[in-house]
Amino acid sequence: MSVQTWTFLFVGLTFGLYLVIAWLSRVSDTKGFYVAGQGIPAAANGMATAADWMSAASFISMAGIISTLGYAGGMYLMGWTGGYVLLALLLAPYLRKFGHFTVPDFIGDRYRSDTARIVAVVCAIFVSFTYVAGQMRGVGIVFSRFLEVDVNVGVYIGVAIVFVYATLGGMKGITWTQVAQYWVLITAFLTPAIAISLQYTGTAIPQIGLGSELVGQGTVLLDKLNQIHADLGFASYTEPFIGSWDKLNVFCVTMALMAGTAGLPHVIVRFYTVKNVAAARWSAFWALLFIALLYLTAPAIGAFARYAMLDGLHGKTEAQLPEWFDSWEQTGLILWLDDGDGRLAYTGTETNEIFRSGNLGTSRVAEIKQNHERWLRGDTAGRDGRAVLRQAGLSGPDRDIIVLATPEMAGLAAWIIAFVAAGGLAAALSTASGLLLVISSSVAHDLYYRIVNKEASESQRLLVGRGVIGIAVIVAGILGIYPPGFVSQVVAFAFGLAAASFFPVIVLGIFSKRVGTIPAVAGMIVGIGFTATYILGSVYGGWSDWAFGIGPQGIGVVGMVLNFAVTLGLTPFFPEPDESTQELILSIREPEGAAG
Amino acid sequence: MSDTPANPEPRDPRVAEAIGRYWKRNLSIMAVLLVIWAAAGLGAGVLFADSLNAWSLGGIPLGFWFAQQGSIMVFVVLILVYALLLNRLDRQHHEDLAAIERGQA
Repeated sequence: MSVQTWTFLFVGLTFGLYLVIAWLSRVSDTKGFYVAGQGIPAAANGMATAADWMSAASFISMAGIISTLGYAGGMYLMGWTGGYVLLALLLAPYLRKFGHFTVPDFIGDRYRSDTARIVAVVCAIFVSFTYVAGQMRGVGIVFSRFLEVDVNVGVYIGVAIVFVYATLGGMKGITWTQVAQYWVLITAFLTPAIAISLQYTGTAIPQIGLGSELVGQGTVLLDKLNQIHADLGFASYTEPFIGSWDKLNVFCVTMALMAGTAGLPHVIVRFYTVKNVAAARWSAFWALLFIALLYLTAPAIGAFARYAMLDGLHGKTEAQLPEWFDSWEQTGLILWLDDGDGRLAYTGTETNEIFRSGNLGTSRVAEIKQNHERWLRGDTAGRDGRAVLRQAGLSGPDRDIIVLATPEMAGLAAWIIAFVAAGGLAAALSTASGLLLVISSSVAHDLYYRIVNKEASESQRLLVGRGVIGIAVIVAGILGIYPPGFVSQVVAFAFGLAAASFFPVIVLGIFSKRVGTIPAVAGMIVGIGFTATYILGSVYGGWSDWAFGIGPQGIGVVGMVLNFAVTLGLTPFFPEPDESTQELILSIREPEGAAG
Repeated sequence: MSDTPANPEPRDPRVAEAIGRYWKRNLSIMAVLLVIWAAAGLGAGVLFADSLNAWSLGGIPLGFWFAQQGSIMVFVVLILVYALLLNRLDRQHHEDLAAIERGQA
């Protein structure tokens, strides 16, 4: 059977499985809809959290980013996993004890303010939508690459699937579906990693393979990689702080990702779905353990794929190139513009001949190739395509190719390649559905029930919840089909915004009894306002990184510090919270009843 | 932060004391774990990564290893230790409260 047939088979089977699970766990009350009746076992909740957290970007792009950046790729690994520690220690148990459905709910009750609640709702919706648009796009891309359908058709299919299981089962359906999706995605990720590690180092454990000698070479993988990098003019793979990734920026981006992870609404809400505080703590442990399985493997895939890429391509002629190169060249993820000597050069200098098509349309790529051919023949109308693509910032292959092509680099069977496609879809769909539920609960619970119609009955609220999720799925689909140009960048920025807005008010709300409403709201507005302005200024206004040379990805840390400073600085001048709020704070700090 | 409790209903002082003790222990466990968290991730993985790279662990430069492997392993262990310690602390606290109640009866 061909890869395509296998892919249809796997995708069909897994989608069928998700729908069956959704039907079996359908719900009829708001508690089931928003927090799965608080009856999910800790380990299952950990798996669901892991699937929720690991998006299309984690599955498809992260190993590729590490492969491209070398040491600096570690900031994503440390940032996202380190954020979990903050979440588990500082937030999860207390928010669980508080016992309501959403983060805006906590902020609204703790600070006794509808303004604070609305600011939090707007932040939650903004963060969730920027994130979900990327997931829907991810679904479309996986479909288009493996099934050769249009990207938009892929998005339609994704919308239809998520619509059915999210509106039917709410959080309960989503949680059990995510448990299944976790197994699909982790198996799909580990299988090629083990295979490529065996092939190059003879070790089945990729994490050990990362430090092992290459078979038949007598050299350690990373040493060999550094040596090739030096020979070809790339920066060292293992040495830190090279080029724009200096110590300060690596530090700030890592820190922003950490605090942002802890402040992301779709992850926090997961701790409401377990039975009690003790289970919330265990659930955080299971979640990080399941996430670590993928995150500890990604660096190994990154290094192996880097070696396969350089060793397999550089200096080869058309006939010597590996098979995977031809199949991926057709997708535009990797392009070869030869300088006329018939030998491929993949280097970190001007002689580089390996590029990607990025956001350029197929006609534009064809035009560049045509002009390049002319230039090679000495035609004055021609133009060196290498220079054009280098100036467009498209040197090197697309980072997505690393995970998608690893099975082929390792020479695996067609059905494993197809299984990776199903894994990528599982990663994208699980994250999208979790985010959509946050959007739904933010609007239906925090806005409709808590502000607009406080008398709403159970069935009215459920109806609004289902309605909003339906609308949100469609909006997400539209965003996936017509992605605003900034989507890919904004996903990274969403962390900075969450770090600068949510994280300080939640932490202070739990650990200080003194901080009142006005300082907290002022802090949130200053934090998110500063961070958003700086990001927009850098991306669109052409600002230089004027705040100590910190780039827009790491600026959330400065926003977070400002938020803390403003909130704590204003606190002495405003009244402390009233007695019932003090009681609330005391009650979330105290462990729950012995029976719990 | 000023920590003057303003409880409307006067609690048994021994209960209030038990709760205070619980919170203090919780904060100190948290502080120790967060120091380790910062040392492993931001310290060994970022601030000292360049110097640590002089050593190597199983063929991987140490700073690089901390950034891409070690810190994550430390994080998983930290959350495990936290769950174990805090859940034990919770149980102890409940036993303390039960003892106080028995004393009253």
